[in-house]
Amino acid sequence: MDSVISIKGLRKTYDAGTEALKGVDLDIRRGEIFGLLGENGAGKTTLIGIVCGLIRATAGTVTVDGHDNVTAYRAARARIGLVPQELAVDMFGHVRHTVEFSRGLFGKGRDPARIEEVLRSLSLWDKRDAKIGDLSGGMKRRVLIAKALAHDPDILFLDEPTAGVDVSLRRDMWALIGKLRDEGKTIILTTHYIEEAEEMADRIGVITRGELILVDEKRAMMEKLGQTRLSVGLKAPLAALPPALDGLPLTLSDDGLTIVHQAGGEGESAEVAEILKRMIAADIDIATVDSSRSSLEDIFVDLVGGKRS
Amino acid sequence: MNLNAILAIYRFELGRTWRTLFQSLATPVITTSLYFIVFGSAIGGRMAEVDGIPYGAFIIPGLLLLTILSESIGNASFGIYLPRFTGTIYEVLSAPVSATEAVIGYVGAAATKSLILATIILVTATFFVDYSILHPFWAAGFLLLVTLSFCLFGFILGVWADGFERLQIVPLMIVTPLTFLGGTFYSIDMLPEPWRTATLFNPIVYLVNGMRWAFYGTADVAPGVSLAATLAFMAICLFIINWIFRTGYRLRT
Ligand SMILES: Nc1ncnc2c1ncn2[C@@H]1O[C@H](COP(=O)(O)OP(=O)(O)OP(=O)(O)O)[C@@H](O)[C@H]1O
Ligand SMILES: [Mg+2]
Repeated sequence: MDSVISIKGLRKTYDAGTEALKGVDLDIRRGEIFGLLGENGAGKTTLIGIVCGLIRATAGTVTVDGHDNVTAYRAARARIGLVPQELAVDMFGHVRHTVEFSRGLFGKGRDPARIEEVLRSLSLWDKRDAKIGDLSGGMKRRVLIAKALAHDPDILFLDEPTAGVDVSLRRDMWALIGKLRDEGKTIILTTHYIEEAEEMADRIGVITRGELILVDEKRAMMEKLGQTRLSVGLKAPLAALPPALDGLPLTLSDDGLTIVHQAGGEGESAEVAEILKRMIAADIDIATVDSSRSSLEDIFVDLVGGKRS
Repeated sequence: MNLNAILAIYRFELGRTWRTLFQSLATPVITTSLYFIVFGSAIGGRMAEVDGIPYGAFIIPGLLLLTILSESIGNASFGIYLPRFTGTIYEVLSAPVSATEAVIGYVGAAATKSLILATIILVTATFFVDYSILHPFWAAGFLLLVTLSFCLFGFILGVWADGFERLQIVPLMIVTPLTFLGGTFYSIDMLPEPWRTATLFNPIVYLVNGMRWAFYGTADVAPGVSLAATLAFMAICLFIINWIFRTGYRLRT
């Protein structure tokens, strides 16, 4: 697979002594949306900061399209656009100027048509002459995205792009990110909203306490680690599981009113059907049937929780 | 060389001046005018010539420096401190911009501002006193050198400062007093010992006298010494800035 960013043995210990990254290896594939999940303080922003040149690594290397991001920083950085987690904007500046400024900073000549295109794609064209300080939080974040896109980077880092953004804007943001991927950009995003990673990402990396504990295709991860859970409520309590259900991975609740079936991964629906068939055949009175598949959120909580204990 | 980046920073910084045109230009002009009225006209009218120069004219080089030094430090330090304070510095740090390019952009813009200001002050002075500049090229060159040096110094301050108070403290507590004591309003030969010798440890003395030599051809210190002192100061600033970017001091964690 064609890797566009290659991170090897990355460590960061801050001056204060915090070990924010403890040896991270990661390859980002060209054209994918990579979701970086992790709790507060896991090291996501530190990782992004090092790749983008804001933070110095204590050890390890990062190459962007084959260019080392320290020794060949110009080539490496020119390919990257960064939307930071914090809403850092020049309050007194104007929208169009600040986007033009970004383009210049990355070495590109003036191109009013391209700036207009970027502003339009983010629904900021009407606000082009507005003072940034007068914009709403969601608009400010879009201005930051416009700035990151102004120099036409191949790779876009979005550090919590939807933090503090309302539900409908969040949908818009997802649509926008999807569009950017369709244009061929590689996108790395961090998020606390697991549904966001579930919705958007092709691959997901889980980072906790400075360690990347899992990287996988989103689908594979859900299949491998996801759970289907079937719970059947009974009209009358049972003292024990009837013999008809022997050999199936079932548990009976303490009050004898619920039978629970829990199993990993995909392809369990056949088993679920089998359970229900046998229960009906055994004349067990069923009151309710409830089935659910675990979300990425459950997987994440399990993973991080397991790591902690 | 990322010329577009230098231009972007330079334009951005000058744009900031434009937005605050009144503070940027009017305030120093008013202050300087007040000095001319009080020292040049009111007091100077009762004073004899100093070193053969009418008092009103004698104080021009020093007054010019007084404003240029504090404005250069103020503008350059604010220019880099503000993005650090608001966090927008992330963009410059993540861009394919070298340390040299960033410094040229920021310091160049601050220096431009100072030079515009110097021109305005010199024009303002003609309303109060008659004067002519003996070595205009030396004066311009020396002004440029001093301006650049102090903008570099301001840049260092702006990187070092971790609060607005610190940003103010060096210009207010060190540079302005030293300028007042540096022979702006008097010839150091007028001082009794040991003050005369003590004054020679004040680096601003060399700047004021260098400027005065360029203006009128007389000075308490040889012009070559003034030039050497200014160049040395500039070299120290460049050395520190180089160190800042090499270590990432206060810019990259
Ligand atoms: N500039 C800094 N100086 C010292 N320690 C820092 C600095 N920045 C981050 N840290 C520490 O490094 C660790 C990782 O922080 P980081 O910002 O990378 O986490 P994160 O995953 O982005 O968290 P969040 O989801 O809250 O944004 C934390 O323990 C944090 O306190
Ligand atoms: Mg973060």
